[in-house]
Amino acid sequence: MTSQELRVSKIERGTVIDHIPGGQALNVLAILGIDGREGDVVSIGMNVPSDRLGRKDVVKVEDRELSQSEVDVLSLIAPEASINIIKNFDVVEKHRVERPERVSGVLQCSNHNCITTEGEPVDSEFEVLDDGIRCVYCDTIIRDDITAHILA
Amino acid sequence: MRHDHITSARQLSREDIETVLDRASELAADPSAVADRHEGALLGLLFFEPSTRTKMSFSAAMKRLGGDIVDMGPVDSSSVKKGESLADTVRVVEGYADALVLRHPSEGAAQMASKFVDVPLINAGDGAGQHPTQTLLDLYTIRENAGLDDVSIGIMGDLKYGRTVHSLAHALTNFDVSQHFISPESLQLPRKVRYDLHQEGSAVKEHTDLDAILPSLDVLYVTRIQRERFPDESEYREVAGEYQIDTESLSVAKEDLSVMHPLPRVDEIAYDVDETAKANYFEQAHNGVPVRMALLDLLLGGAQ
Repeated sequence: MTSQELRVSKIERGTVIDHIPGGQALNVLAILGIDGREGDVVSIGMNVPSDRLGRKDVVKVEDRELSQSEVDVLSLIAPEASINIIKNFDVVEKHRVERPERVSGVLQCSNHNCITTEGEPVDSEFEVLDDGIRCVYCDTIIRDDITAHILA
Repeated sequence: MRHDHITSARQLSREDIETVLDRASELAADPSAVADRHEGALLGLLFFEPSTRTKMSFSAAMKRLGGDIVDMGPVDSSSVKKGESLADTVRVVEGYADALVLRHPSEGAAQMASKFVDVPLINAGDGAGQHPTQTLLDLYTIRENAGLDDVSIGIMGDLKYGRTVHSLAHALTNFDVSQHFISPESLQLPRKVRYDLHQEGSAVKEHTDLDAILPSLDVLYVTRIQRERFPDESEYREVAGEYQIDTESLSVAKEDLSVMHPLPRVDEIAYDVDETAKANYFEQAHNGVPVRMALLDLLLGGAQ
């Protein structure tokens, strides 16, 4: 780990999400459903100099692993991100996010008349397009600002 | 055709469509040949929105195949009124019927409901989404009158919210059809339909004025522009008036132009057009029976 990255302290156990595009860290927290009230210990580095991205954000969440749904949605706003699983201060697993064919849960369809917004027992589900996502139920295409559709 | 459910025209290949239309032609020629083909079979009707043509033609189709219907009836007198979810409703009703027909005001309703049932489920309209069986009868009518290849089809009216338009535009990409979309700018095709047309390599030719394109059309598919889409009455009148046709405005059209409409119409096609050979909209509505017979026959499988 470089001295630049040590701006954010090491964690004993949890997940480090690295190589998030600069300025997207708060959206990553929103995807993870973290708003600070749950008591999770979270460290954030924003606009940290990065060889690969120019500026990157880093999010460290203690005592927490990410679900596949969370990683899938994360990949839409941070396609270069890497997920590091930390145990005893060591990285025990590291992988890059992969753009999935579909994402489910986490995001809400922007169509207010979509059946998935009406309390039925189904998760939202979207097909991932080259330049957006598409609701598999009502076909609505979301291209701009996907993070605005993160479920509260 | 190998589909368990029919929820969207997007799922239908050219082969699927031709299988249904060919079967519909056979059934239209001799409906009595299948009068007891599905005797004892029951079709469950779940209409959460009003319907005349779709509901009655599905009922007629099932009965002409020797089967019968079980009808949820109006929403006001059903368990939906007590707050039952759609997922629960379809899971209950699939125990009463061999296939289900669903109309619902929410987009994606049929797609969702199909995940909860094992019997075939047919989308009979979901909000401003899809109406695939209307599309099949539209295609049948187009094939009968103009053919489905090397034809120029104008689709006019409310292209933004019209589910029959969305389904038809998708399905026509399977054929060698030049599609022209004629509407006020505020009611042009939604992004999701444009996306699919582009994906299929189909050009989206949009027009705000019918007159310029009318002489080149083989088929003019007219839809109703709904009053509630406009902020005020005067704006509605101004726009709607430009998308109404009568025998005079059709005088520049080809002699054998086929005028279609999913009905009900309000004033977008003047009654004087009804008496001309161009008027195919009542035939179109009648075609709902053999086309839905064909679809039900294929979904229900061989003789019961």
